Amino acid sequence: MKADPAAVATGVHFIDGNEACAEGAIAAGCRFAAGYPITPSTEVVEHIAKRFPKLGGVFIQMEDEIASSICFQGAIWGGMKAMTVTSGPGLSLMMEHVGLAAMTETPSVFVDVQRGGPSTGLPTLPGQQDVMQVRWGSHGDYEVIALAPNSPQECFDHIITAFNLAEQYRVPVFFMMDECIGHMLGKVRIPEANQIDVRERKFTERPPGQYLPYEIYSGDQPEMVRAGMGYRIHTTGLTHDARGYPEMNAQAQDKLIRRLCNKVLDHTEELTLCESDQIDGSDVTIIAYGITARVAAYAVEQARQQGLKVGQLRLITLWPFNDRLIRDVAQNTRSIIVAEMNLGQMVHEVRRAVGDKVPVHLIDSAGGAIIEPETILAKIKEVVS
Amino acid sequence: MEQDSEPSNDNPKPSKSEKPPAAKGQAFIDEERCKGCSYCVVFCPTEVLAMGGRLNRKGYHLPEVVNPEKCNGCDMCGLFCPDFAIFGVRNKKKKDGGE
Amino acid sequence: MSDAPTNSTPTNPVEKLLRMERIPHIWCPGCGVGTSVNCFARALDKTDIDYDNLHVVSGIGCTGRVAGYVNVDSFHTTHGRAIPFATGLAIARPEAKVVVYSGDGDLFAIGGNHLIHAARRNIDMTVICVNNFTYGMTGGQVTPTTPYSAKATTTPYGNFEDTFNLPNLVESCGAVYVARWTVYHVRKLIKSMTKALNTKGFSFIEVIAQCPTLYQRRNKLGDGVMALQYYKERSTVQNGAPTVDVGLDYQSDIIVGEFVDKPRPTFMDKYNTRMTEILGNKFVPYEGVK
Repeated sequence: MKADPAAVATGVHFIDGNEACAEGAIAAGCRFAAGYPITPSTEVVEHIAKRFPKLGGVFIQMEDEIASSICFQGAIWGGMKAMTVTSGPGLSLMMEHVGLAAMTETPSVFVDVQRGGPSTGLPTLPGQQDVMQVRWGSHGDYEVIALAPNSPQECFDHIITAFNLAEQYRVPVFFMMDECIGHMLGKVRIPEANQIDVRERKFTERPPGQYLPYEIYSGDQPEMVRAGMGYRIHTTGLTHDARGYPEMNAQAQDKLIRRLCNKVLDHTEELTLCESDQIDGSDVTIIAYGITARVAAYAVEQARQQGLKVGQLRLITLWPFNDRLIRDVAQNTRSIIVAEMNLGQMVHEVRRAVGDKVPVHLIDSAGGAIIEPETILAKIKEVVS
Repeated sequence: MEQDSEPSNDNPKPSKSEKPPAAKGQAFIDEERCKGCSYCVVFCPTEVLAMGGRLNRKGYHLPEVVNPEKCNGCDMCGLFCPDFAIFGVRNKKKKDGGE
Repeated sequence: MSDAPTNSTPTNPVEKLLRMERIPHIWCPGCGVGTSVNCFARALDKTDIDYDNLHVVSGIGCTGRVAGYVNVDSFHTTHGRAIPFATGLAIARPEAKVVVYSGDGDLFAIGGNHLIHAARRNIDMTVICVNNFTYGMTGGQVTPTTPYSAKATTTPYGNFEDTFNLPNLVESCGAVYVARWTVYHVRKLIKSMTKALNTKGFSFIEVIAQCPTLYQRRNKLGDGVMALQYYKERSTVQNGAPTVDVGLDYQSDIIVGEFVDKPRPTFMDKYNTRMTEILGNKFVPYEGVK
């Protein structure tokens, strides 16, 4: 399926990441958004609020993020493609409904334009401190997909990826921007609608009476319907059986929760988006994501000009975390530096995957300002010396 | 104070026939769903039901129809029953040539 | 619905609405929630609502289980959040009737913020609040409706907080239809539910109901029958009563009735009007999922 030509703002634009994200969501078919103002994400919903009435969409500014994060799920079960947009403090409030989306297998997109935390923290300044929260923030075991763009162009391109993956995997998909990427102005090329692949929601073809909302008929996903199609479905956040009815015992829990996790984990390879550059035979490889990867690329270039053998791995997919990818890096480099705008979050995943194969160093930051390329360059020199 | 008279008697008129009057309605009980709250007995406006001595499989005391001829099928039992275990229906009127 | 057939056993009219494979339900003996469901089923029969276009959303708690028992598209959401879920669903499905069926704690404590805003926005939904003055599912804790001096597990010396007057609160926030009945008033409740279901916009019915297991027993108020007798003897029907006068005290008289019936444009009505005014033919109204 291709995007709707009436909605896609085809052309070359000079816009920021937040606006690019909004345009990407529109191109992806999103026609409902619920949000609550929060810096530095607000421009996303501001742009949506301006555009939707001309596209047959509806934006609603809810009373808080708790409401936003379930309101859009109501619209999704009503058949719409929908998203919510927030930043750290709002994300904390949304955690309950991340769990609901995971449990009810609601194809939901959460945009998180990260800022420095904890608490109110640094509303206008960047951070990358939510990467573990999106993975672990709601109670219980579940899996999500998280993507980290590093430019306004990628905000457009990969929010479409996020919507497509949400439809394919029926899990919460997090779009992990940060204040720098959200407010970064840049050239965004929006293609013709017929160049944009959009995954439509696939509804079951089984007739009512021969369909259960959480039965696995093929593959590892249940087939979806929406309210009003005559299937008389039930969904619940309780542990449930194939009918969607509460079934609360250890066996049902084991069956359901393992499936919810494995339907993501078993597809880690397909879900992995990354960019690797000159890792083989390098003395050190920088692993980073989002704005930090963008800064690191400059530092890596500087180091190479000085004759150092430096590789880079930019993670676009943060979750599910691809251990195999990291182990391959460790096979082909002599040391690893993880750079991230927090006091060490994804570095734990990297260290877990690498084991003691090669040393893993961390360039951390409490947030508030990007990690300077000089800092990264200095660390590279320190590690290779 | 306006007294609310929800469960009202339909005041069945005396039958002209010499035979005992046919019941205007009937109550149906699903005994296994019953949890013995006795609302159907207490709020039946025509005292059709009484708590009997019998128990269902779960050990709840069951209502029993003791005055079937008094039932007018008002379904007050069905409206009150929290367990969907009883309901009343009006019997079809027998009309010549009618259904 | 047919009258009693002579040969076969007729079906309980409530069964048409229920997922019968899930019955018996989990509610305690004498619980008032089931009675409200009987009335809901009868009310639906009096409307033209197609069950395929009826969506029931519940939060968490005893009443929150209603969504699981009704055989329509039904959504058992998170605690207090039925209304925002229903808001998204109602906007996405303009042709559907969306009903939120939940309890006093769910709707007015944890969900209070959502309720007042949905009423303010006049989202097109019917909210049925079964008010049993307690959190039943968790064992009988105090709620925003527990009357002064009533005991709950978390107010072992009697509740000392003031309560919400639900009809007054909801009217103040802009609900277009507000009624209160007890589960004793089954016929009037059916009538009100029918009216609410046929009303466009945010309609609200408070259904006062007994919790024999936790509220009645802890307060030594007797069993469910005694609760219903109390509702019978101490209720006064005052249609059109100013909602400011209908607050409840512990075992006080209960004013029941239809208090508010004043239509106004819904959220989507106002959205469409405003956007048409401002954007003219550039406005593309949302017309439901094709």
